Amino acid sequence: MCPLIPNGIIGTGWDFVIALILGIAFGFILEASGFSSSRNIVGVFYGYNFVVLRVFFTALIVAMVGLLYFSYFGWLDLSKIFILPTYLIPMIVGGVIMGIGFIMGGFCPGTSFTAVAIGKLDGIVFTIGLYLGIFVFTEAYPLFGDFYNSGDLGNVTITDAFGIPASWVAMAFTVVALAAFWGTSLIEKRVRKNRSEYKF
Amino acid sequence: MNKHHSKNSEPKYINPYLGGVLLGLLVLVTVLITGRGLGASGAIKSTVVTTAHVFTPEQAKSNAYMNKFISDDHSPMYTWLVFETLGIFLGGLLSGIVFGRVKKLRTEHSPKITSKTRLIFALIGGMLFGIGSQFGRGCTSGAALSGTATFALGGAVVMFAIFGTGYAAAYFFRKLWI
Repeated sequence: MCPLIPNGIIGTGWDFVIALILGIAFGFILEASGFSSSRNIVGVFYGYNFVVLRVFFTALIVAMVGLLYFSYFGWLDLSKIFILPTYLIPMIVGGVIMGIGFIMGGFCPGTSFTAVAIGKLDGIVFTIGLYLGIFVFTEAYPLFGDFYNSGDLGNVTITDAFGIPASWVAMAFTVVALAAFWGTSLIEKRVRKNRSEYKF
Repeated sequence: MNKHHSKNSEPKYINPYLGGVLLGLLVLVTVLITGRGLGASGAIKSTVVTTAHVFTPEQAKSNAYMNKFISDDHSPMYTWLVFETLGIFLGGLLSGIVFGRVKKLRTEHSPKITSKTRLIFALIGGMLFGIGSQFGRGCTSGAALSGTATFALGGAVVMFAIFGTGYAAAYFFRKLWI
């Protein structure tokens, strides 16, 4: 039955209406969780606020386990969902560049849009930076196009790559996440004790 | 706005685990309906391609990266991610209104730095995130969250690379934040 649009159960004419509605829910959850504040977000790297880790890992587990159950009950054809292609080295390089951008800018693209929505100038400037960065990338593309397309492993899953069943992967993420929730709550308490102000 | 003057009072945000469950259900519903996950950097890419196509159409078409996203039938803005991103903005605004956080333009920064410093770093950070998201085939939403949730190897690689680098580099940028 699922995914509904690729299986033709929902006509493609509804695509953009659904995109808008899902986007509204996405933006609402990000903002309501505190991701419109850069200082809230980067707290995950300094130990004073682990909200990013809590939201991110919880979301990951819920989505992973949910997909497995839908597939297990036969409601979802996992072979029909999009698997991000893996370009190993370019993706590691991209992640490293994004990581530095994250610690310097305090936002990632989705969260910066919610910051723009509530009137944060730093969110607006970050978004302008995103635009400029992608523009620079496209203009300079001939220089590193070969690298960009190198190491193509195709649309592989963790199961394809390591032979670990998806259910075990979800299990491992769950165990690691629960340990992280517990461990980081202790760190957060200790770090906050030494902070004179916590008001963003 | 009602002002609580206790110095350590935190802003009113929803419980992070509730936020996580809601976000996870949203990723799940998105995959169940569309067969793919959520994204955010793709819409900016569409905007870059569109402006290039409008101002310098020949150059845009001859650019090996941009021409993949240019079609004769419709504008690059007529894509799923652009509408979804418009939604992110509206949803953020809605939440900001509900929780009383929509105010006039302001810059959030550590007391140790000026607004100007914050904005310069926000610009550089945004540029790096923009460049990195192209190599990563997506950003925190598309590659790291949606990618990993669908068990894609590349998603997990991007997730660990972003957060690992964040921790590795945090010390050098601590004055910006703490």
